Amino acid sequence: MNVITPQTQPDVSAQSLTGYVDCDVHPYFKNPAELDAFLPTRWREHRKEYGARSRSALAYMPQYPRLSPQNGMRMDAFPPDGSLPGSDLPFMREQLIDLFGMAHGILLPLLGRGGDERNLEYGAAMCTAVNDWMLAYWCDPEPRLKASIQINVEHAESAIAEIEKRAGDRRFAQVQINQRGLEPLGRHRYRKILQAAAANGFPIAMHLGGTSGHASTAGGWPSYYHEEHHAYVQSMEGIVTSLVVEGVFEQIPNLKVALVEGGFAWIPALTWRLDKHYRRLRTEVPHLKRLPSEYIRDHIWVTTQPVEEPERAGDMLSTLEWIGWDRVMFSTDYPHWDQDDPRYAFKVQIPEQQKRMLFRENALAFYNLA
Amino acid sequence: MKLPIQGAIDCDVHIALPNTAVLLPHMDEYWREHITQRGLDQDNLDSAAYPANAPITGRPDWRGTKPGTDLKLLQSCLDTFDTRYAICNVLHGSPLMFSEDLSAAFCRAINNWVAKEWLDRDPRLRASITVPIHSPELAAAEIERCAADPRFVQVLLLAAAELPLGRRINWPIYAAAERNNLPLGVHAGSSYRHAPTNTGWPSYFLEDYVGLASGCASALNSLICEGVFVQHPNLKVVLLESGVTWLPNFIWRANKTWRAARMEVPWQTRPPGDYIRDHVRLTTQPFDAPPSADMTQRLIEEIGSDDVLLFATDYPHWHFDGEDALPDGISPQLARRIAIDNPLNTYPRLTP
Amino acid sequence: MPKHVVATTEELPPGTRKLVTIRGREIGIFNIAGDYYALINRCPHEGAALCKGKLVGRMESDKPGEYRLTRPGEMLRCPWHGWEFDIRTGQSWCDPEHTYVRSYQVTVEPGAAVVKGPYMAETIPVRVEGNYVVVDL
Repeated sequence: MNVITPQTQPDVSAQSLTGYVDCDVHPYFKNPAELDAFLPTRWREHRKEYGARSRSALAYMPQYPRLSPQNGMRMDAFPPDGSLPGSDLPFMREQLIDLFGMAHGILLPLLGRGGDERNLEYGAAMCTAVNDWMLAYWCDPEPRLKASIQINVEHAESAIAEIEKRAGDRRFAQVQINQRGLEPLGRHRYRKILQAAAANGFPIAMHLGGTSGHASTAGGWPSYYHEEHHAYVQSMEGIVTSLVVEGVFEQIPNLKVALVEGGFAWIPALTWRLDKHYRRLRTEVPHLKRLPSEYIRDHIWVTTQPVEEPERAGDMLSTLEWIGWDRVMFSTDYPHWDQDDPRYAFKVQIPEQQKRMLFRENALAFYNLA
Repeated sequence: MKLPIQGAIDCDVHIALPNTAVLLPHMDEYWREHITQRGLDQDNLDSAAYPANAPITGRPDWRGTKPGTDLKLLQSCLDTFDTRYAICNVLHGSPLMFSEDLSAAFCRAINNWVAKEWLDRDPRLRASITVPIHSPELAAAEIERCAADPRFVQVLLLAAAELPLGRRINWPIYAAAERNNLPLGVHAGSSYRHAPTNTGWPSYFLEDYVGLASGCASALNSLICEGVFVQHPNLKVVLLESGVTWLPNFIWRANKTWRAARMEVPWQTRPPGDYIRDHVRLTTQPFDAPPSADMTQRLIEEIGSDDVLLFATDYPHWHFDGEDALPDGISPQLARRIAIDNPLNTYPRLTP
Repeated sequence: MPKHVVATTEELPPGTRKLVTIRGREIGIFNIAGDYYALINRCPHEGAALCKGKLVGRMESDKPGEYRLTRPGEMLRCPWHGWEFDIRTGQSWCDPEHTYVRSYQVTVEPGAAVVKGPYMAETIPVRVEGNYVVVDL
């Protein structure tokens, strides 16, 4: 009895999107050498001689190859000069920023691999370089774009220094952290970094990916990218659980966390599960003063991509209702293959006020944008 | 919500070894010698999955001296629900051992012990076959051996082993299960060959326990993607103690990903949700229910099939008080299906 | 129904395609092994320019580990989420059971883009008159 309901008319024209905020845009370089200008000589030479080394089997590629060329790009997003999708600002304006009248786009670069780097000093230098590159190539020429501070979360000292360096710089919207690190993010070793982010007025964005060295599932390494793609959801679930149960939000009450590119329909069930078992096991975690669902409601936001596709269109509305209309922020994930078009991502009519919140107002508030 | 009917089939109860020595009479002389020489019979080989005195491990009126060891307490639970059959699952450390033959020897002994000390003592009891989950050939041999006893109605695996469950190396287990009309019981839990979550080792048991649902989801994904249901079209899988409410969003996401990633798994000719509704069942304890009956109803509609849920108390784990075994929002008709029809359809060996 | 000449047969040999705009609608014309087919250039999933996707074969299997390539060059893979469409029928390969038996009378309604169902790409009748490839629209 698997009922697939037909799509309704797309209910969002390009014009009606003017002023939307895109919470996940991926800039790329035309050439890795673009970063060299921002690296000290020592690390420029290191990059050429040794390059990026993460907890991974392959030197240049993710361990789960993607489904389309250039590591999973949208196939019609290659700029006219044939460079990487997302590497050409005029083309990005044409395909995204101007096309949809974007008010702001939040950049989350996935290059340089500084956040994953095993050589921690090199990783720190690469993070700083990518941050500077973003400003020079993207945010300064295109002020609608905001940057995410790159850090290597395994090196607290440099991570905190980088956050403090960018404090007060309104071109930076948040701190970007890979969902997969050596330990779950709520663990003590990362606490000072989270405190630094909050103290300096930056939310945290957990973006999917990273190479923790842990298998992609609790039961080992799956065979297929098909499975890896779903494992990103499980990582988000683990991160939320860790942040809540470790008492991060109790200790850092002004910390805000966005979960980027993990989808969102899994949140209600996780919330119910956490509440239920917390009630039984509360003696283990006396540092928690509230229900997990309360911490999640106050501190966690989700971006919409990859948009969920419930079998009954109406379940989209109830799902968003259960999460909270004020917690959901639209994102495209341009220029990846599984990106969403803001006009057609939702197959159901969203009431006007909720639509405004989802496409614009929630993000303006979360990122403290005018 | 109390169960509105009687004669339910309880698809997940736990019995436990009071100590390792009880297994000695159920081993052959070689392994008896091996184990006693090493003093393993004096060791506590319980898995790390449930801290012995944690509240969830034993409901106060079911706990006794060690949860799961007391037949009378189990019988009191069965009497309360007027249970027709209860399927007993042993969660122990021996299937998780690194030494394959030692693990298999323990598993054989456990199955022998279950038959003699439990199944022989109460005609309502049935059991899953405990197998060395990391040794597919030895597991298949144990399945064939125990299948001769019709009171064994399921094969027991844990969701998180060393390799994802769907991997081809595991297929001898599934062939043996299908051959003998035994569903695969995938119980929430880990053999800790990897961190219990894919983001590493959490600090708290609460995190480990909550994370078990994700482990079940990835096991399910593996079974589907690797084509286990294509290779074994008569095989049924029961997720035990996995939680229920994550299932609809899993189906949506899996269906969506499949449409793009189909080329990786071309033997999968139908959306994952179809395989799930045909082949996969979930026990109702814990349900992880939403806060209202309306929401529970909606969730169940989203599952998209009345065949999927199987009743369970998860005795002696503490998920509910008194007889409040089901969430509100389930109609009496559906409760009857969950408690009787679906288990009978899932476990053909219950009614030979 | 007005007819539109979209190409000459010479300029559309087998394995090639042409994108044209007729009455404001973008249409992809394909030559598959000598026969012509046309699809509206819009993926029913999220509106991508479907006809710019790759021409691919169909990767099939009856059993895990066994692989078979059929229909080389006859499937269209959407440049975004990779959905595969049979160019001849517009049928999405990923969910054939829900679309398989539907006998699809394709019309194009004026005005806004219409999608008839989640897994069908919209097909347009094409014929050859002499040396010309003609679309009725």
